[in-house]
Amino acid sequence: MLSIRNLKATINGREILKGINLEVKAGEVHAIMGPNGSGKSTLASVLAGRDLFTVTGGEVLFEGSPLLGLSPEVRARAGIFLGFQYPVEIPGVSMTNFMRTAINEQRKYRGLPEMSATDFLKLMRDKKALMEIDSALASRSVNEGFSGGEKKKNEIFQMAMLEPKLAILDETDSGLDIDALKTVATGVNRLRRPDNAMIVITHYQRLLDYIVPDFVHVLSAGRIVKSGDKTLAYELEEKGYDWIKEENEI
Amino acid sequence: MQKYKNQRQYHRIIYKNQSLYYVYGLILPAGIAISGASILELQINLHSNCYLCFLFRRILNNFAALVISVFHVIMNGDQDPILKQVTQGEYKYGFVTDLDNDALPKGLNEDIVRRISAKKEEPEWLLEIRLKAYRYWLTMKKPEWAHLKIPPIDYQDIIYYSAPKSNKPAGSFEDVDPELLKTFDRLGIPLDEQKHLSGFAVDAVMDSISVKTTFKESLGELGIIFSSFSDAVREHPDLIKKYMGSVVPYRDNFYAALNSAVFSDGSFVYIPKGVRCPMELSTYFRINAANTGQFERTLIVAEEGAYVSYLEGCTAPMRDENQLHAAIVEIIAHTDAEVKYSTVQNWYPGDKNGKGGIYNFVTKRGICLGDRSKISWTQVETGSAVTWKYPSCILRGESSVGEFYSVAVTNNYQQADTGTKMIHIGKNTRSTIVSKGISAGKGQNSYRGLVRVTKNADNARNYSQCDSLLLGDQCGAHTFPYIEVDNESAVVEHEATTSKIGEDQIFYCNQRGIDTETAIGLIVNGYAREVLNKLPMEFAVEAQKLLQISLEGSVG
Repeated sequence: MLSIRNLKATINGREILKGINLEVKAGEVHAIMGPNGSGKSTLASVLAGRDLFTVTGGEVLFEGSPLLGLSPEVRARAGIFLGFQYPVEIPGVSMTNFMRTAINEQRKYRGLPEMSATDFLKLMRDKKALMEIDSALASRSVNEGFSGGEKKKNEIFQMAMLEPKLAILDETDSGLDIDALKTVATGVNRLRRPDNAMIVITHYQRLLDYIVPDFVHVLSAGRIVKSGDKTLAYELEEKGYDWIKEENEI
Repeated sequence: MQKYKNQRQYHRIIYKNQSLYYVYGLILPAGIAISGASILELQINLHSNCYLCFLFRRILNNFAALVISVFHVIMNGDQDPILKQVTQGEYKYGFVTDLDNDALPKGLNEDIVRRISAKKEEPEWLLEIRLKAYRYWLTMKKPEWAHLKIPPIDYQDIIYYSAPKSNKPAGSFEDVDPELLKTFDRLGIPLDEQKHLSGFAVDAVMDSISVKTTFKESLGELGIIFSSFSDAVREHPDLIKKYMGSVVPYRDNFYAALNSAVFSDGSFVYIPKGVRCPMELSTYFRINAANTGQFERTLIVAEEGAYVSYLEGCTAPMRDENQLHAAIVEIIAHTDAEVKYSTVQNWYPGDKNGKGGIYNFVTKRGICLGDRSKISWTQVETGSAVTWKYPSCILRGESSVGEFYSVAVTNNYQQADTGTKMIHIGKNTRSTIVSKGISAGKGQNSYRGLVRVTKNADNARNYSQCDSLLLGDQCGAHTFPYIEVDNESAVVEHEATTSKIGEDQIFYCNQRGIDTETAIGLIVNGYAREVLNKLPMEFAVEAQKLLQISLEGSVG
């Protein structure tokens, strides 16, 4: 589904990604872990097409086609979803209106007719139930006045609405207490399907107790320095990121 | 990362919209349990000041709002074609109707003033007012204090009276020139009452005269007078004599004096004691003829306990030369009366290089004469090359309330200097000002507002909020608040913010599949929502579309 080859990216001339290689197949969940400043969030932003970063080398194929030349909205319409670490507030724009615009833009891109209002409201209702989300959410403005936990839940709710092929969740666990973490993780697990894939970016192993990954990669100083199965996460938790650094130096 | 206010909660105040009950009451399938008309009927019988009735009304309204909002979402299932159309369209009202005009020659002098009066077969006293105003105007200079750059206007190069020839005054629907009807149809304003499902009564004004006023008879049964100004002068001279110029005297300012001398037509509304006007009254202004100025007058009188919601819309053809529009609106609210006045102003703004467009110099003022009376101005200003406009409230009655909600957009070379005046005279008077300026391109947008609390206005309260949103780096936003307080018990609050649309907001929308142009439309409409919510539903939809058109091409 996604293949990243030797991807390099800079911000303001400083190189953050120094040659990333990663293969993600349908049905898989990949966890990317690493210390602060290792480039985890940069990777997520580059894949989503944020223009703060300049790609200086390598390529990314999404379902066999080059991804990097596409605008962020086209990537989204092609099925890439980014769960933001810091979801943005848009005052005055209701979640209903926002989601409806997004869904219809995506459907238009895929040559589908617009969703009727009745179908859309039904979809909202179903997904809210699935994600165990407060029904007042729809009438509130996008992320405005949401607590940290609500914002993260709202990201997963949007993911459920848009049904992406590839979801990249950028530190979805940060700032969540254990109950909120469980709700978010349950939501994510309900969305796992054989035909979609997820990249879960996290600093702590804790989230991976609830969202069990097929693969774990450790990112350090702009490179993936170690890959393994879920046991790697436990090992990391036990030994700390210094262990990787030391091992690398050897 | 710049953000505008995030603490405030936005509530949809659907239940305040009386028009809704009519709009949906007529469209809703009979099967839906609630009929809009019956609610309204109940409302008429409810006491306006009794707490129990108030509660009961709230419950009814909330229920109705629930049904309506669900239905509204369903109804708007095809909103996106509108968006598409909008993102492609330019000024779509720019066509010209080919009509024979009965026009006076260009220029302004006493003879022209007399001839306008004669054309309208006016009584002597009105001609006297015109002449006094004209003579006074000659002694005046145009105001220079506004933050506007206006090239000199040659007042001798303007036609002051032009009327479509075939229109017979005060005729029935069959008498109206089909060409005229077509024009208003194209503008989306059918003048055929049969086609009017939505509970709007319309007075259509083309150039200098009123073409047709709908629902005149059915409103008349309630004692409501809704007619063209000229008809009112003939049929209700006492009322006109009593109220005209009582809020905006001809000496008020340069443009008011000009208007008082040469005004042609406009609307007159009179709501008798205790009557709630059951439909939205609206006037649609259209400038059609070239080289012609439009000078209309609107006068609204609400007697004790009366209620009316009034709407005004305006468009003009695209022309290379600038055209002048100088209007006067006067509102009088007696004890316990409430008047809501909404404007969607979409005069031709000129082209992308700043050529052409309407100069819009308007004096709008209302007086809350009686205790507990209320006047509310809502305006969406997207058109005109230059806007100079300050809808104001004089709060004379005790506990009277003034409100001003405004969205003003300037794109390309448009300039707007707009705001309000709230003059607190009575005790316990309250006023609210919410102004949202949006500047794009090379547009210049100024808020200018005065809050004055006079000596005897004990416990006066004002809250002002002025937000400016900038799109791009060549536009300007300016805020000129004036506060004059002569009473120690007054509480006057002023909040102002200036913001840009955040790149992070746009990226967030992009990441959900929404392109940048649509994202800006969403964000701007969200920003203006507090004001748009104050408009009757049909106008709100129209205004949203307008905002999107006006900001087209302003990205990047």
